[in-house]
Amino acid sequence: MLEQTVQIVSNERDTDSYFRLVVRAPQIAPLIQPGQFAHVRVLPMKDALLRRPFSIFQVQNDTFSILYKTVGKGTEVLSRMRSGDELEVIAPLGHGFTIPKPDGETPLFVAGGYGMAAMYLLAQRSPQKGIVFVGGRKRVDILCEKEFQALGWDVRVTTEDGSHGEKGLVTQPLLAEVRSQKPEVRSQKLFACGPTGMLKAVGKIADELKIPAELSMDEHMCCGVGVCLTCVIPVKAGDGWEYQRTCTEGPVFDSRQIAWEVAK
Amino acid sequence: MKPKGLKAGETVNLSVKIGRLTLQNPVMVASGTFGYGVEYSQLLDLNQLGAVVVKGIRLEPVRGNPTPRTVEVASGLINAIGLQGPGVDGFIKKYWPFLKGLKVPTIINIWGTTVEEYAEVARRFDALGGVGALELNVSCPNIKEGGAQFGTDLKLLSQVVAACRKVTELPLITKMSPNVVNIAPFAEAAEDAGSDALAITNSYPAMAIDIETRKPKLANITGGLTGPCIKPIAIKLVWEAAKAVKIPIIGMGGIQNAADAIEFMLAGATAVAVGTANFYAPQTPLQVIAGIREFMQRRGINDVREITGSVQTHQK
Repeated sequence: MLEQTVQIVSNERDTDSYFRLVVRAPQIAPLIQPGQFAHVRVLPMKDALLRRPFSIFQVQNDTFSILYKTVGKGTEVLSRMRSGDELEVIAPLGHGFTIPKPDGETPLFVAGGYGMAAMYLLAQRSPQKGIVFVGGRKRVDILCEKEFQALGWDVRVTTEDGSHGEKGLVTQPLLAEVRSQKPEVRSQKLFACGPTGMLKAVGKIADELKIPAELSMDEHMCCGVGVCLTCVIPVKAGDGWEYQRTCTEGPVFDSRQIAWEVAK
Repeated sequence: MKPKGLKAGETVNLSVKIGRLTLQNPVMVASGTFGYGVEYSQLLDLNQLGAVVVKGIRLEPVRGNPTPRTVEVASGLINAIGLQGPGVDGFIKKYWPFLKGLKVPTIINIWGTTVEEYAEVARRFDALGGVGALELNVSCPNIKEGGAQFGTDLKLLSQVVAACRKVTELPLITKMSPNVVNIAPFAEAAEDAGSDALAITNSYPAMAIDIETRKPKLANITGGLTGPCIKPIAIKLVWEAAKAVKIPIIGMGGIQNAADAIEFMLAGATAVAVGTANFYAPQTPLQVIAGIREFMQRRGINDVREITGSVQTHQK
């Protein structure tokens, strides 16, 4: 992890309330692993002090980018920043995804909303092409579809209102795909990033069908480096469970580790 | 000491004493905002600090509160972590090997749910050897038993300090609760019971509500408010306590820069601690040290101890 002041290369609207931010960070970029995040301090905010965590989307040469949705004051101010403006960044942070093996299980990605962006680097660095199931409320919530297709991945879209792809939840086509393989020959692994409800559903599928799954957990974060103990989730330990930090032990956890019975 | 970048002959003394513990400079970090030190070791040189103060430890591991545990508010943060921690044995196994290798002292923040537990934890750390000082946390607002109940009751406060005093000669720092009508008698009680210093202050009881869901923003409902928004009230507490006791005071509450730190010192603090700022600007403690040095050079102050308590409250 490095703490640096970085310059914005571009910060442009993607669809609706989603933005793509590219920063120049020559020392940070080569260190980034799929599933890791950047902790960003938006300096123009006067009375909001804390950094905001963002999954890293793409890494290109000496830059990295994030894809974010304006959800509150922090991202609102961020969306108004322009090329040449400066941000304070601590990155890369967290424990990311395991890169699929060339001859290992077929990677099946499950993404909800901007969770899709957090999985791009993993697809890019995966020696095996797989299927990405992406879901959102409506058409504008389906992000980076073209980028995944350009990598040669099979993209299966679902929207809750049916405005794009299949109508329904992302877990429906996922279940159909998993069940299309006989359990005795099944060789698939799930990787997921999205809202907690979706992750819980993916965790349940993984558990019931005995498929390995890595989930990027989303919990409100404060320091990002493991000291404040804000972003904890219940993780199995010994005979019971303990709180572990999504910023340090996570954000990516093996779904079997998570103590779902006490999770929110 | 001869700090970097100082012209010949322009040395200033930054070192201060907390009991028999000498610090190379008066800037430490506040318990609970710096983990166990190792987490920040990639981002800053811990050996530049006055001291490292670790998160509160009791005898047994503590799971902590459900989430959400923190919420950002205007110029501040409300937290209700619930003192999650590894317990004495877990701490010694996991974190002590790193901390004992530091050149600067480690101050261990300890707590318990009974007077006996405080004393037992103090005894364990006394026996460990190499600990710089013990900070008695009698002021955490986020746990049902222990914490603030000891810091807001004169008799219990005296008992906790006296019980720890009995089992160790390590410098004892009592971390005071701000949640009292008048801090002076509490400061005096800690001093009389054998405390070598006071840490002023801990977080203020606070609450935030989501107006759409009508639910509290913290799972614990209430928490402790810290950050720049509490600085002026913390400075007043330091000023009041400094008039009541002779032992040194470590001032804390919303310090973001050297000017904030100097304000605490003027009010009566011998040393200061950077807290919530560590969460968003981890270089703050080092910037505060550099800024105090710069201030002293600019104002021709040779010894940092000259600043302590030098607020001019009388009109000329």
